[in-house]
Amino acid sequence: MSDVVERTLSALPGLLGQHDPGAGPGGAGGPGRVSASSRLGSLIRSITALTSKHEEEKLIQQELTSLKATVSAPTTTLRLMKECMVRLIYCEMLGYESSFGYIHAIKLAQQGNLLEKRVGYLAVSLFLHENHELLLLLVNTVVKDLQSTNLVEVCMALTVVSQIFPREMIPAVLPLIEDKLQHSKEIIRRKAVQALYKFYLIAPNQVQHIHDKFRKALCDRDAGVMAASLHIYLQMIKENSSGYKDLTGSFVTILKQVVGGKLSADFNYHSVPAPWLQIQLLRILGLLGKDDPSELMYDVLDESLRRAEINHNITYAILFECVQTIYTIYPKSELLEKAAKCIGKFVLSPKINLKYLGLKALTYVIQQDPSLALQHQMTIIECLDHPDPIIKRETLELLYRITNGQNVTVIVQKMLDYLKEGQEEYAIISLVGKIAELAEKYAPNNEWFIQTMNAVFSVGGDVVHSDIPNNFLRLLAEGFDDEKEDHQLRMYAVQSYLALLEEEDKLYPQKFLQVMSWVLGEYFSLVTDVDPEDILTKLHSLLKKTFVTSETKAWIMAAVTKIASHTSCSKTVDELIQELSSSLDTCLRQYAFELKYLCEDKALMKSLLPFDASCSDLVVDASLSFLDGFVAEGLGHGAAPYKPHHQRQEEKLSQQKALNFEPYGLSFTSSVSSSGVTGRQSPTGLSFGSDISGNSAETGHKETNTLKLEGVRKLWGKEGYLPKKENKIGKENEQETVPCESLLAGEVGEPPALQPDQGASLSEEDKEKQQLASTLFIGLGSSAGVSLMGKADTATQKFKRKSKINEAQQLNEEALDFQNSAASDFGPLLDTVPINVEDSEGSMHTRLRKASPCSSDIVEDNLAFETPQSVRKSVLDHRISANRLSQSSLFADSNIEIFQPSSSAQCESASEAPLVPSLPEELEELPHSEVVRLCQSDALALHLCKVWTDDSLLLIVFVSNETTSALHAVNLVFEETEHFQILESATLQFPVIEAQSVEHCQKCVRMNKVCTKAILPGSVSYQSEMEIRLEFSVTLSLMDFIRPMEMTTEDFGKLWLSLSNDVKQNIKMSSCQDSFPAALDTLQQKLKLHRVDVIGNEGILACQLLPSVPCLLHCRTHSGMLALWFRSPSAALPDGLLYQCQKVMEESSEQQCLP
Amino acid sequence: MIKAILIFNNHGKPRLSKFYQRYSEDTQQQIIRETFHLVSKRDENVCNFLEGGLLIGGSDNKLIYRHYATLYFVFCVDSSESELGILDLIQVFVETLDKCFENVCELDLIFHVDKVHNILAEMVMGGMVLETNMNEIVTQIDAQNKLEKSETFIFQSPRQAGRQRLV
Repeated sequence: MSDVVERTLSALPGLLGQHDPGAGPGGAGGPGRVSASSRLGSLIRSITALTSKHEEEKLIQQELTSLKATVSAPTTTLRLMKECMVRLIYCEMLGYESSFGYIHAIKLAQQGNLLEKRVGYLAVSLFLHENHELLLLLVNTVVKDLQSTNLVEVCMALTVVSQIFPREMIPAVLPLIEDKLQHSKEIIRRKAVQALYKFYLIAPNQVQHIHDKFRKALCDRDAGVMAASLHIYLQMIKENSSGYKDLTGSFVTILKQVVGGKLSADFNYHSVPAPWLQIQLLRILGLLGKDDPSELMYDVLDESLRRAEINHNITYAILFECVQTIYTIYPKSELLEKAAKCIGKFVLSPKINLKYLGLKALTYVIQQDPSLALQHQMTIIECLDHPDPIIKRETLELLYRITNGQNVTVIVQKMLDYLKEGQEEYAIISLVGKIAELAEKYAPNNEWFIQTMNAVFSVGGDVVHSDIPNNFLRLLAEGFDDEKEDHQLRMYAVQSYLALLEEEDKLYPQKFLQVMSWVLGEYFSLVTDVDPEDILTKLHSLLKKTFVTSETKAWIMAAVTKIASHTSCSKTVDELIQELSSSLDTCLRQYAFELKYLCEDKALMKSLLPFDASCSDLVVDASLSFLDGFVAEGLGHGAAPYKPHHQRQEEKLSQQKALNFEPYGLSFTSSVSSSGVTGRQSPTGLSFGSDISGNSAETGHKETNTLKLEGVRKLWGKEGYLPKKENKIGKENEQETVPCESLLAGEVGEPPALQPDQGASLSEEDKEKQQLASTLFIGLGSSAGVSLMGKADTATQKFKRKSKINEAQQLNEEALDFQNSAASDFGPLLDTVPINVEDSEGSMHTRLRKASPCSSDIVEDNLAFETPQSVRKSVLDHRISANRLSQSSLFADSNIEIFQPSSSAQCESASEAPLVPSLPEELEELPHSEVVRLCQSDALALHLCKVWTDDSLLLIVFVSNETTSALHAVNLVFEETEHFQILESATLQFPVIEAQSVEHCQKCVRMNKVCTKAILPGSVSYQSEMEIRLEFSVTLSLMDFIRPMEMTTEDFGKLWLSLSNDVKQNIKMSSCQDSFPAALDTLQQKLKLHRVDVIGNEGILACQLLPSVPCLLHCRTHSGMLALWFRSPSAALPDGLLYQCQKVMEESSEQQCLP
Repeated sequence: MIKAILIFNNHGKPRLSKFYQRYSEDTQQQIIRETFHLVSKRDENVCNFLEGGLLIGGSDNKLIYRHYATLYFVFCVDSSESELGILDLIQVFVETLDKCFENVCELDLIFHVDKVHNILAEMVMGGMVLETNMNEIVTQIDAQNKLEKSETFIFQSPRQAGRQRLV
């Protein structure tokens, strides 16, 4: 068949010129459409005739203008509109914006007859995206069409829903789509399932109550509907495979039936029964069968392998899926053997697609079964020289997985060769990373390592991930356990860079130059036979090159400074200072000045820039106490005491009796730019406190000091690399247990898979390949089951990290352990806590503190009965003070309206329903909400109370047993949503609740994603005669998580400048609330803001989103408007608060304006 | 899932583009250009799979394409799709087009973009493979055409409605 298509298509080029498209072979004839389609035709014909992009643009713009006129003309009929839409689709496809037509597309979908509606829907789904505001206008049309009796309309609506639908509007159509699951037509049911799949993807919460309907769809009598439901199941199982283990049997049965040919022949494709369905099922089984030792699926997999015999693409697709599944699930040797044979079929196939997949499969299984690679080593070698770069890349990927200390040089060489052929950027980035990783892990010697890294940097250019140079430099700086080795490596690096810089006109990537200059600056003195002056000259000439970016220049300058500190006066340095002192680049100029002053005091310079100290921690005197004497002297001479910049500004402003309303940032940036701030990555991490600094000599030290510290910190900071180290450590430990390398190398030196007859008739070329093979596959244990990565690696790893990281890691783990134990055994620990906290280190200190509120359910339970109140109080107090919040009572300065149930009210309610719970005593004192009922069944009622503590929102849930017998196994589960995070576990279990009693528990909730209001769903289940499940939901608003934030005006000023997200809005104030203090009071009371300062008609307020995201508000009134200006590190928070502000202002105006 | 389906001719002129994941207008155009750039320089006798470029989304994605005379059919998919499965899906798609248009050619795709989209919608819905049976798809399309025709009949003269390949 494809031949036919190709023949027709190959006849095409001639067609374009000759035929009138309207009457062409595929043309849409019919006089009714001639005018419109010929317009499209002429458009296309004129586009084809054009020669330049520019002309095309002009033509399309013309077309769009005329289309715009047509679609907006009131006389345009729907039919014409339809034609216009097709033309618009064409223009959009070419990349020309035609937003004027979007609304008409929606209209067309709404008003047109079937044909026009279809084009309308199509245009909508092509033009708009999920979050487009116009999409809301489509909802009604969709709802109407879903209810239509016309199947085509229903289909179209379902199609558009599964393509784009606004998430908020799902509830509007969900019931309709659920109904469609019972539709008599299978195509409707199938599309409905597909639409539900879409809903599941974009809003899983909204469809969670209809999971049983998915099951129904899975059992649908029509295989097509069942197949559609598999999409949903694949997705759900991907997210949580353990939750669907019970379905394994069903999927196996389905697959068995499909494989066994039980489906109608309609589903056959090239006489293979429903291949796509099989693939889908195999994927699901793979996910379900991971770590599942039950033997359910072995039979059917075996049968699938056996049945897939016909030599057709699609059977190979099934086979491939089978193999992957077999290697994913709990292993069974028989099946693995068959799968391995199958992989052989792929790898040896002459069809290139199959070969590609074979390599992929090999890569996938190689860790489990290295002997397979040995079996196919000749094929792999051939693939290395394959003309198709994709095959080559896949082969390299495979080799990457089998690299060890013995074959690393060959494999890395192959990779570099591949890179040098000139690849896509994407390929370069991924491969360069792999080479660097291998080189670091398995380098046989220093020279090779440095050479390889040089190649990586020069080939990778500036697209390499910044981790690579950083890791490399860290490796050099931290060194290994062997001093001598370190020395050699560094020396070799310096030598090789000097050799590279020897070539005058060679261009190197910026990152490479940065690495070079750092190494030269740090370790130049290791090379004794080179005059430092030479190095300086080289660096100097680099500085003059135009291709060197200013970031790199900063690195070079740092190197020059370091070298200069170890040489007596140098002509080059003087020259350099001279040149750069007048440089336009402020950063370089500053460097020059620093260098100049440093050169005047060599002794100081030496002590500032000690040799090889990049890893030693520097203690920075941030308070600049060494200047105290200088300051005292200045003050003694009558100088005015120093005031920080913002204070000065404030004073100036307060003289004018108003707050500064101009952006604080403006003046700030000007002060910083004078001291020269370069890009974030530059080694000059000038501290931002630099409005203190002038250009005096002393501050010059300070700068160099920070320079060094910051440069080192940023690149080689310990925290940033910890996860990586963890891996390494694991591997190292494993490797140490392995016997010495020579032994094993000898054992496998002879590749075992070489067949004797093959060996006999070897051509010269083959011999070469054999040789390559033996170098590549050396060190690959022939015994199956040896893992190649790490464990079996016989070569002792070249570059071992120093053990101090190990220790740090351990320490960390200990701390973690401690935290865990603290959290779990909190009750008994409690009385020792205050002492503990004081004694232990800072980190543990914080952890403990954090643990206390979260584990409070345990605490509370224990406390209620055993501990005297004072202890509890002290813990609580400690917590408060430690958090540096107000020591006075919570919400001290905000007269929040807090519901405090009076005792009489309690009695009243108590008499009505015997089981209305009340808060435990210790929480009663805290601000809290009313106790509200969440849900109720005959036996059980759920009540909720929110408690706003100063550092968290506690949800107190009361479970009351309203029956006369005990309830068992009561399970309370909160579902985590994208907005909220439940600290500790989201589930709670009460093994038993006695008759007529109330149990309570509390959960600490955080808001992860800012929203004004969102629902936290949950459910409670309990065992009576059968398991009963009640669902409930708690509405939490942003305000539940907002707390006042105490700060001084000064802190406010500082913080304000550092925050980037900025929202401004003017709110109209009603006539009766126009007094500024009144508005401020409203904001302060209703929004839990802390009033920092008020001057005249301006005020500043601060609050924080728990746990500690600040939000600052500056407000002022002018001419009846309240101007609000928010700043916060979180982007969404200002918006959320603004919304709340508007709301409370409206509310208060309503209240106040009422008589 | 299928992220995008692109059809362009040997000169890189897009003939159909359908994105199942949201990309901005500009990115879409860049993806089309990048994909064409990647695909067009491939020889005839190399494999039909390509690792995705940077735009379409990194290592998890791949391009699966077929070249028919003047047209490239490219499916951009993520790792949850079977390569060979998609390859045959393209074949099904083209065969279906051939059936619906009676000897399909590039012009059909240009002048009946809407119809091609409709056929595609029967096969792939929201990025998921919905139907792979060619006959089923053709029946579905025919049924829709019939229904539509009976409705448009009212608005058009019998002579026009009588033309078989009107829609």
